[in-house]
Amino acid sequence: MNLLDRTVEFTAALRRAGVPVSSAETVDAARAIGALGWANRDAVRASFAATLCKRPVYRPAFDTLFDLYFPPRIGDGVSLDDLADDPSATGDGASADGEPDPGDLTPEELEALRQALRDQLLDALRDGDDEALRQLARQAVSAFGSARGSAGRSWFLYRVLRAMSAETLISDLLSALLGDSERGGLAERAARQTITDRIREFEELVGAEVRRRMAEERGIEAVERSAVKPLSDQVEFLRASQRDLVELRRQVYPLARRLATRLTARRRLGRTGRLDFRRTVRASLATGGVPVDTKHRPHKPHKPELVVLCDVSGSVSSFAHFTLMLTHALREQFAKVRAFAFIDTTDEVTRYLRGLDLGDMMARISGEADLVWFDGHSDYGHAIEVFAEKYPEAVGPKTSLLILGDARNNYRPTSAAVFRRLCAQARHSYWLNPEPRSYWGSGDSATDVYAELVDEMVECRNIDQLQVFIERLLPS
Amino acid sequence: MSLQEHAFADVADVRERLRATGYLADEAIATTVFLADRLRKPLLVEGPAGVGKTELAKALATSVGAELIRLQCYEGLDEARALYEWNYKKQLLRIQSGSGDGGAEGWQQAHDDIFSEEFLLSRPLLTAIRREEPTVLLIDETDKADVEVEGLLLEVLSDFQVTIPELGTITATRRPFVILTSNATRELSEALKRRCLYLNLDYPSAEREKEIVLSRVPDLPEKHAESLVRIVRALRAMELKKAPSIAETIDWAQTVLALGFDTFDEAAVASTLGVVLKHASDQARAIGHLKLTAN
Repeated sequence: MNLLDRTVEFTAALRRAGVPVSSAETVDAARAIGALGWANRDAVRASFAATLCKRPVYRPAFDTLFDLYFPPRIGDGVSLDDLADDPSATGDGASADGEPDPGDLTPEELEALRQALRDQLLDALRDGDDEALRQLARQAVSAFGSARGSAGRSWFLYRVLRAMSAETLISDLLSALLGDSERGGLAERAARQTITDRIREFEELVGAEVRRRMAEERGIEAVERSAVKPLSDQVEFLRASQRDLVELRRQVYPLARRLATRLTARRRLGRTGRLDFRRTVRASLATGGVPVDTKHRPHKPHKPELVVLCDVSGSVSSFAHFTLMLTHALREQFAKVRAFAFIDTTDEVTRYLRGLDLGDMMARISGEADLVWFDGHSDYGHAIEVFAEKYPEAVGPKTSLLILGDARNNYRPTSAAVFRRLCAQARHSYWLNPEPRSYWGSGDSATDVYAELVDEMVECRNIDQLQVFIERLLPS
Repeated sequence: MSLQEHAFADVADVRERLRATGYLADEAIATTVFLADRLRKPLLVEGPAGVGKTELAKALATSVGAELIRLQCYEGLDEARALYEWNYKKQLLRIQSGSGDGGAEGWQQAHDDIFSEEFLLSRPLLTAIRREEPTVLLIDETDKADVEVEGLLLEVLSDFQVTIPELGTITATRRPFVILTSNATRELSEALKRRCLYLNLDYPSAEREKEIVLSRVPDLPEKHAESLVRIVRALRAMELKKAPSIAETIDWAQTVLALGFDTFDEAAVASTLGVVLKHASDQARAIGHLKLTAN
């Protein structure tokens, strides 16, 4: 297969991963390579990125696929220089075995190898030497990553990370970076960040290396599906890992700003209001008293009052957290935002939204608010009753009522009658459900009961869907 | 369109010449700039505020000895401000001063006169297209402009020509090097992105940032620069409303230098934190996280 075919396949893989690549852009990529040549892999990566990958969200998928389709080496990755040094190594490509097969080593030898690699890793992490880190990732994967199974060799990220256990080097690294005098102070807390960054970089290199070896063993297509993570606006709230959640929270403010800009733009483009007589006459003076341009008062935008009632029990709290942060960040678009949280009973949490530190909001809500009445399992029925009883004034004719939750009610009563009354009082009522639509109504899900009562139950599994919903909620 | 020779010989040349103007480009930046030069495509630079997007355009203009023409985008920017406009006041004067002669011929004359070069106000886009010397056209903060402006840019950037009904079509004799910047407050249209090369500028690596700080604030001791950059990176890793930019790191370095701190400790950081963090909540968070009030 030549490199041009490879490039075309690569663009096809990008499209499969959800990165839109037009054929004009593919041509640009080819022209870019024409100008730069294939010699330098980093330059190839940069020129593909410049021509094919035009949103930062696409970048992780792009990098993963680039490493799969244009691997820096094959097999154990013995370059020609190494071969010259080591006449015993034979073969080429995938069959090359530069280092002894780990299966042949005794446990003692393996332990010695592990120790040696860890020492090198310490040096590389201390100096921030990317080339050495890459080298080490490769050696570590060759030494500890593989296992022979019935279906041929497999490669495991976890084994390598456990063998190298880079986290246990942190304390040594801190000493090496700072010298003993500065330990414990501000310098240490700052240096800690630098070190965790480098360790994460090493882990990513190992991950890329493992994927590369897997791809050689199983073929690119097989690895591609599991290797490429979904784009960050497609990550499902309920399945998000801790790291994903941090990434999601980071996006709250940019997202709110983008939404707000788009909404103001739409409002400005919309119909203008009544004629502003004074300004029209004023403007007509410039044209000798003829009112060429009429001036209008701007429309007063309708700002809904928002009441958010959210389930913060373990299973859906990350979704509730994100949505609360987003509605709070958009509070200027609403006349009023009130938030209530519940697990099996309800409490108002608006005061926590005003706090300085939104990052800790959820911890404070679950720590301080009065949310548990009986056993700490979701009880929508009781929560709704308490809400209607304790805050009868919360839902009025101007209110948009927003309920966040998966409606998994542990087979308890639903208080449908009370809920019907609440929905009737509100101007609009929406239920955002982070579960996929196909799961609704299965098991202990009371979706069927509630879906009939609210104006609409909306599937809201990722940022993309949430964004679409909020834009709809805020009228232009 | 005439084909002038390329501005750069290779990627290393780009780096060298940018470095000479004081802009430290990494591999990706240099490669992308080189490609933009070779493929003659506009370059769209996107990234958070203060990572040196505008600076790149300026450095580029200096390094190739071109003049920088800047179109600053804002809400409500229109064709008359971006492309060209007839100077109607002057036209009015011309008509009034000529009306004494009277007659059809006078009118014909006036009509031909008032739609000539003399009465044309050239705005940045037209200026850049008409220039015969090397030009770098910087379209700054493209995301701030309205969507209609993007349509206008599409037309100008794909053909590098402008049609003025009264004068005819003006085609670029020498293509300007076009750089668009965006803070990503909104997504630019797919059509515009497709016509551009894309460069995502993010916060630099620790080494590069240290180098940048040292090149901008040469009097700062290297040890201070290193701990400064480390703290800034620790700040960026927190969930802040506005992460500190490179520009703010440089400001901070200058502050530290001006105040003459010997050691860069808790007290020094806490007293100058306002230089890098500009939200009260961000400061509170940083103070809590870095335990700045401990001693």
